[in-house]
Amino acid sequence: MPGSIPASATTDPLRGEAPTAPPVRRRVLARLVRTPAGMVGLALTLVLVAVALLAPVIAPFDPLLPVGAPLASPEAAHPMGTDGLGRDVFSGVLHGTRTSLLVAGGVCALAFIIGVPLGMVSGYRGGLADDALMRFTEMFQVLPRFFLAIIVIAMFGPGLDRLVLVLGLTSWAMLARVMRAEVLSLREREFVEAARANGASHLRILFREILPNALPAGLVLLGLIVAQVILLEASLGFLGLGDPNAMSWGYLAGQAQRFLRVAWWLSVFPGVAIIVAVLGLNLLVDALNDVLAGRR
Amino acid sequence: MSVAYLIRRCAQVVPTIIGIVLVGFLLIHLAPGDPVLALAGEHGDQAYYAFMRERFGLDRPLHEQLGAYLANVLRGDLGVSYTHGRPAMEVVLERVPATLLLSGSALVLSSIVGVGLGVFATLRPGGVRDVSITLGALGVYAAPVFFVAQVALLMFALWLGWFPVHGMSGTARAATSVGHVLDVARHLTLPALVLASQEIAAVARLTRSELGEELQADYVRTARAKGAGERRVVIRHALRHALLPVVTVIGGRVGHLVSGAVIVEVVFGWPGIGRLLLTAMQTRNSPVLLSIFFVVAISVVVANLLTDLAYAWLDPRIRYH
Repeated sequence: MPGSIPASATTDPLRGEAPTAPPVRRRVLARLVRTPAGMVGLALTLVLVAVALLAPVIAPFDPLLPVGAPLASPEAAHPMGTDGLGRDVFSGVLHGTRTSLLVAGGVCALAFIIGVPLGMVSGYRGGLADDALMRFTEMFQVLPRFFLAIIVIAMFGPGLDRLVLVLGLTSWAMLARVMRAEVLSLREREFVEAARANGASHLRILFREILPNALPAGLVLLGLIVAQVILLEASLGFLGLGDPNAMSWGYLAGQAQRFLRVAWWLSVFPGVAIIVAVLGLNLLVDALNDVLAGRR
Repeated sequence: MSVAYLIRRCAQVVPTIIGIVLVGFLLIHLAPGDPVLALAGEHGDQAYYAFMRERFGLDRPLHEQLGAYLANVLRGDLGVSYTHGRPAMEVVLERVPATLLLSGSALVLSSIVGVGLGVFATLRPGGVRDVSITLGALGVYAAPVFFVAQVALLMFALWLGWFPVHGMSGTARAATSVGHVLDVARHLTLPALVLASQEIAAVARLTRSELGEELQADYVRTARAKGAGERRVVIRHALRHALLPVVTVIGGRVGHLVSGAVIVEVVFGWPGIGRLLLTAMQTRNSPVLLSIFFVVAISVVVANLLTDLAYAWLDPRIRYH
């Protein structure tokens, strides 16, 4: 966990600046693919992103239009069968990747924008500001996101925008805490002292000295947030709270509930897609954690 | 645990609960349309809307409305559920025992089985058991609850017929109370196992990694040097230390558990707040929705409080932070 020693401080404490990024990044990547978990995680995540980007190209059908007999079992034309309205499940699963990652990406961006500055200021300033910000953060940490999202959608009607908004506004607390912990351990280090002695402003110290060293831990956590949000979005879709205009894994599985006795494929394929996505991200995050811990 | 810590930690709950109520207030005023609709739901009549307007002071300035709202919520008065014809909070609280039974069983099950599997995996690191438990935990951890629930329902209830498919008790009410308990237990087993599965995976993973770390410690080497068997070293010495972080995680996952309970209830037709939530959602019954939100949010806050206190009690160092 965050109790980090930055790379630059161990290699060259007096340079007063974080090392240039590319070599470190390349080293991290090399170490990452050396472990089987990291390799699998990275591959699954890349596949996920590729499918999300290319969904309209590779999907054989429009996922929202009926194209075959309803509840047809898997066969050559429809490798994952069709749903109760005769829509192609394979195309639905491919397009669902898109919806999932869109929501997860939006939530992450919001969590990043709120959590990183808040955590950094909290850790850097300390004292009363830190106390106040952390109490505020704790409040968000205990808010039951899932229930809040259900109520927001029930009151405001379904839509991806409000889903991203409500999940993003409630997903940054852990990130803020991790960033704060990183900054706390970094702010007294020699290279920060050196920058301070050189007369660098607080902003410069925060952005140029501390941020590059604190960010890896935050980015790893963002990976976990993506995985969580994929599961949350799927659960909401399962309850029928997804955007009716965007095909999603959860929506497919929710439909399956009515046909469980007759059409197992409706439940199994979207479920497996979610497992693959979340497993890939979890493996990647674990491996990244190990690599970064080793780097320290 | 010092009294000062106890008081300080309990006092922290107050702003959190006020914050939670504030969120509810904000939602009502941000929702499109007349706030009285967001407050009273869509099934009232004009007289009831007028009554609610008066009660929550909707024609007064915003800060007075907030005061009225806070007072009403803290009294547990969130208006009437028109689909039930009774106070919303009453309707929700009635459903709490069923959800509590389901989540409580899952919590106990996951703590025991999770720690057990974690220890089992650690006894021979890198062995077949370790690898299969680790991989299994990874897979289950990545699976959405509804998927685990659907697959379990398909396999164990529909195909194998080991468990009932739906509900909390059979249609024919058992003649004796013992028969009734057994009937409920039979209905409970599969949903509780499903709900526990992810927590089991989380607890097993954490126990495994914490225990792995503890086994590197000096006192473990001392115990080994004194000739203690591996089983004794792991269970009697290392596990006690490794369990500390596990306790926090178990307590911290209560919110997650209750979210999962909603899904499990929907799949298995378990008559708790999850099922109620689903129908309230479909009928836009906001008094019930908001009551559920407050009940769940406050339970999570209390669960976190209890976890922190348990942690401080177990580990005296914590109060100095």
